[in-house]
Amino acid sequence: MITRVLAQLGGFGVSALSSIGRAHLLILNMLSGLSDIIRRPRLLIDQLYSVGVLTILIIAVAGLFVGMVLGLQGYYILSRFGGETALGLMVAASLVRELGPVLTALLFAGRAGSALTAEIGLMKATEQLSGLEMMAVDPKHRVLSPRFFAGLISVPLLAAMFSCLGIFGGWLVGGGMLGVDQAAFWNGMQGGIDFSDDLVNGFIKSVVFGVVCTWIAIYQGYDCIPTSEGVSRATTRTVVHSSLAVLGLDFVLTALMFG
Amino acid sequence: MNKSKVVEIWVGGFMLAGIVALFWLSMQVSNLGTAYTGDTFHVTANFDNIGGLKTKAPVTMAGVEVGRVTSIVYDPESFRARVGLDIQTAYTGKIPEDTFAKILTAGLLGEQYIGLDPGGAEDPLKEGSEIMITQSALVLEEVIGQFLFSKASEGDK
Repeated sequence: MITRVLAQLGGFGVSALSSIGRAHLLILNMLSGLSDIIRRPRLLIDQLYSVGVLTILIIAVAGLFVGMVLGLQGYYILSRFGGETALGLMVAASLVRELGPVLTALLFAGRAGSALTAEIGLMKATEQLSGLEMMAVDPKHRVLSPRFFAGLISVPLLAAMFSCLGIFGGWLVGGGMLGVDQAAFWNGMQGGIDFSDDLVNGFIKSVVFGVVCTWIAIYQGYDCIPTSEGVSRATTRTVVHSSLAVLGLDFVLTALMFG
Repeated sequence: MNKSKVVEIWVGGFMLAGIVALFWLSMQVSNLGTAYTGDTFHVTANFDNIGGLKTKAPVTMAGVEVGRVTSIVYDPESFRARVGLDIQTAYTGKIPEDTFAKILTAGLLGEQYIGLDPGGAEDPLKEGSEIMITQSALVLEEVIGQFLFSKASEGDK
């Protein structure tokens, strides 16, 4: 009985270790696929469309509404202390530092990450990846690498759009509906947001989240059990693991950068 | 128009929109668009108490920003705070040597900054010179303490 539990624990540990090892070998393979992408930029452009362009709509709508809610809630709290003029700074700081990168990464994992996993998993299930290998084409370079780099490029750009639209939404509610002074709104923002401390750190965050989300999605798709059930489980794991990784890493990065 | 052309246009628009968003954030939202990045000269000022002054706080003359606070260190020799100020070179030779530096607060709860009141001396502030006349930050507890003390001494009479 005890030996069986021990053996199970050991087996779990070994399989977890080997899965971590496979994930890291995969990212090395995908990074080395950069030379293929430079030779055939078309591969990257097609993936940028399906990973980036198709995600713009949800990012834009979510950013606008998050900004409007921030404007509304911030106004209620700040007006209690007579500090409505700090509304612009509050909206912009929370968007640029935290909400922009984090919410973009969560939405990206749900919208694009799950699609990547399902697509690659189905390619594996229908043996398209093996077919490529039969033709002496490395599917890691040809199929996975362009998707990885498309995710890496898209997430920071999407996060910047999210922050912009969020600030615009906060301005619509704060400046338009609630009558906060326009000059105070924008000047407070410019006075309080530092380029290197806030913007660059937010940008670094979104790059890290882009790498992590795309990496998890591609790994789960490439490593799934090639059945319909396996693909569906891998898709679920992508969303769960990406969200947890983003939230956990956000804490670590915030502690490192702003601490 | 064929499909691949449409994809290319969309991707181009996406990249452009993302870069415009990043550019707008840096110029409009952060202090990059308003920050003075030209040459500066360095002066120092010693204060008894700097209150809540922080580095990067503005240095103003008549309310107009002329520089930034770059360093704040405690000087164990004089038991005072030594504050380093970077003043824009446009004002070289235009600020008198006996200028009066005081720590002010923007609004009731706002950030603290340094205000300079020009004196009447002929010689101007130069690179490395020290502002001799300073006034410390207003610390609320001390003001309240003085008020209570004066009230109490009134009661004695």
